[in-house]
Amino acid sequence: MAIILGILSLGLYVGLLRQQEFVNTYFTKGGMYAFLPIATAFIFSFVHGNFTGNFWTLLGVEASKKKKEVK
Amino acid sequence: MHDIVNVASQLIHLDVMNITYLFLVGFVGGLVSGFIGSGGAFVLTPGMMSLGVPGLVAVASNMCHKFPKALVGSIKRAKYGQVDVKLGIVLGISAEAGVLYGAHIQESIKKAFGDAGSNLYVSLAFVVILAVVGGFVLKDAMKTRKAGTADEEEKVTRLAKWVQSVNIPYTMVYFKSLNARISVLFTIPLGFATGMLAATIAVGGFIGVPAMIYVLGAPSLMASATELVIAFVMGVGGSFKYAMHGLVDIRLAMIILGGSLFGIQLGAMGTTYVKPFMIKMVMGVIMVIVLFSRGLMVPVYLSQLGLIGTLGETTVKVLKTTSFSIMIFALASGAFIVLRAMWIGRREERLAATQVLERGKA
Repeated sequence: MAIILGILSLGLYVGLLRQQEFVNTYFTKGGMYAFLPIATAFIFSFVHGNFTGNFWTLLGVEASKKKKEVK
Repeated sequence: MHDIVNVASQLIHLDVMNITYLFLVGFVGGLVSGFIGSGGAFVLTPGMMSLGVPGLVAVASNMCHKFPKALVGSIKRAKYGQVDVKLGIVLGISAEAGVLYGAHIQESIKKAFGDAGSNLYVSLAFVVILAVVGGFVLKDAMKTRKAGTADEEEKVTRLAKWVQSVNIPYTMVYFKSLNARISVLFTIPLGFATGMLAATIAVGGFIGVPAMIYVLGAPSLMASATELVIAFVMGVGGSFKYAMHGLVDIRLAMIILGGSLFGIQLGAMGTTYVKPFMIKMVMGVIMVIVLFSRGLMVPVYLSQLGLIGTLGETTVKVLKTTSFSIMIFALASGAFIVLRAMWIGRREERLAATQVLERGKA
């Protein structure tokens, strides 16, 4: 799972950096174009967020099993 | 803000060095945010500006990386049962109002006194708030450490007990983190102050987290986790407002996010290994170090405004560089404490598990 998400995440970053001209033109147009950067942020947070979570698990770094809940 | 006509032409060229720098600062900032609920932003905005990004674009892009980061962090910490979503949303909405008012004040000061006046206002806000709140938080954490009461349940302050005892009809709401009903008339000014601080120094959590702990009576771990919800609510609204003016450089925001999501996952996991007073310790240490960083800049702005004698070019340069270095040092110190606490916690847990296993065998 981590590998698939990693590839997807990398794909998003490559796409963003390769299409800089398009991004710079349209994402800063203002008005209703504001949805473009906001939607992009949500997509990246979903894909990359899931990837980074899985990444640490894959490396064996996990939360403490002792304290699951804080009261 | 409306004056910026062609933002696209002001966007910086990104090379490997810039990308690596933003990614790394994002990682460290994310690590600290995952742990104490905020932080990192105070280094990122000046950090971007040092790459040539215009001030407003840096603020907007920073905010646009903050809300998706806070979203991921709060989901992670909700899994550990540390988030009070209701409290986060209630505080977040009033914080949004605080952000708008804070931005308005900033604009008025800038109009009346120019850039130096606005910078002086920001630095003074930093110094006063960090000295009072940061000093108090750090003192409290030290006291717990010295008294050896770190393992005991955190005590609710007298102020919080009073806040929880006040009953104002039709305004009472139950919050699970407080395990009490409190009046929203108390949460509104706290949220507002958090937002105002976020608009001024980019880190609302320096007010939000201590307010939840000392004024409302939330446990440290829940306060720092709930701050992430506030940051998300505030950040979405703020980013959209900036994006409507075309000020968000999404490339910068996403590169910082790239690093910070690695960090926030680690920081969030770190909270499950430490004693609650460590949240206060990290927050207090960062706040007090940053205080010195901003304090150094006060004479620079005072001289620019003509309130004191003019400082030499070299003096200004030295003060600026030292101030920025101290800021990076503050963030790095926070990250170091988090990683160290996590490392020790993991080692102790593994050791305990091995002992249990050996006893079982015996």
